[in-house]
Amino acid sequence: MRTLIRDLYNNLVEFVRTFGAFQLFFLRVLSHAPQMVFGRPGLVVKQIYNAGALSLVIIMVCGFFVGGVLGLQGYSNLARFNAADSVGALVALALIKELGPVITALLFAGRAGTALSSEIGLMKATDQLSAMEMMAVSPVKRVLVPRFLGGVVAMPLLVAIFTCIGLFGAHIVAVDLLSVDVGAFWQQMQLSVDMEDIQEGVLKSFVFGIVASLLAVWEGYNAIPTAEGVGRATTRTVVITAISVLILDFMITAVML
Amino acid sequence: MQQTRAVEIGTGLFVLLGMSALFFLTTQTTGGEKFSADETFEVQANFDNVGSLKPRAPVSMSGVTIGRVTDVSFDPVALQAKVMMIIDSRYEQIPDDSDASILTAGLLGSQYIGLQAGGSDTYLENGSEIYFTQSAIVLENLIGKFLVNSGSGGDE
Repeated sequence: MRTLIRDLYNNLVEFVRTFGAFQLFFLRVLSHAPQMVFGRPGLVVKQIYNAGALSLVIIMVCGFFVGGVLGLQGYSNLARFNAADSVGALVALALIKELGPVITALLFAGRAGTALSSEIGLMKATDQLSAMEMMAVSPVKRVLVPRFLGGVVAMPLLVAIFTCIGLFGAHIVAVDLLSVDVGAFWQQMQLSVDMEDIQEGVLKSFVFGIVASLLAVWEGYNAIPTAEGVGRATTRTVVITAISVLILDFMITAVML
Repeated sequence: MQQTRAVEIGTGLFVLLGMSALFFLTTQTTGGEKFSADETFEVQANFDNVGSLKPRAPVSMSGVTIGRVTDVSFDPVALQAKVMMIIDSRYEQIPDDSDASILTAGLLGSQYIGLQAGGSDTYLENGSEIYFTQSAIVLENLIGKFLVNSGSGGDE
């Protein structure tokens, strides 16, 4: 019984310690960010390409089908209330406020986050990070910060693309296949979507971008430098990002309402 | 060199695509009737019932948006809802005996204020009040009236 309580206590302290270390890590990355942006923009651009441009295919395909299924479900359920014309409003609000940021963040964690943490973890396992330190090059600055910034820049753009493609998918399903009136589709959407809704979506995408890229970089940097450790870090990236994104999404929505 | 060039082009395309997507979202999916005017004047109107009228709702005349609602509050003296609205100064020749009614855009749409021109020679100006108003139609009242009417109709 006493060992149980002690274990629990130790775990709790360990959790709080990790959380605090994570905050400090965030500050450390942020403090190097301006130097990297103005000093070595090429490195950041390379990472925007890796995190953003290379994720485009998965984002666009998923966005299209998410929008399409929203159109299908929205149409068949709204049709029961003779409100099938509102399907445009439903799809747009759902995509802009919730599904766009959240699903993009989850896909981003799976596509770009895992790539980041396994890359950094492998660099650590093969002593590349130690080698940099030996040459008086800060690995946080040279390796982690550009990857973090690349993710932060790429994420809001990916969310915007996801949402647009989603609307396009919903348009094809609702207007072209289910023959909802095209004017009603767009007019209902424009009547119900406000600038605030878009701001909420953009805010969420920024927050998720920061969280997803920081977690990926953090997990890679703290990976146990073995083959197994890198694999575990990659898994943890996806799991922890998914949990944090969904919790944060709830919190932001609750605050914004 | 060729490698970097490809990366740069890819990044540029990606950022442009993202920006245009964001631009599309902000311009195409929002706001049916945007109202913006450099100079406006403020008009007040009291209603018995404003329904679900909200600030920023459009004020329209003959279907054209000429202003928007700035404030909806309760007037404790008149025991009525007080609606403040601003109207574009370009439309300064609206007769001051025009009447304002609260209408609904579509069956389930949002509510807005519709102005119907009167015949007076004096015009609405900053601070004037619209005296002829018609309340929002409350669905429950309408159903209530319908039930009462059909009930009395059955007696005859």
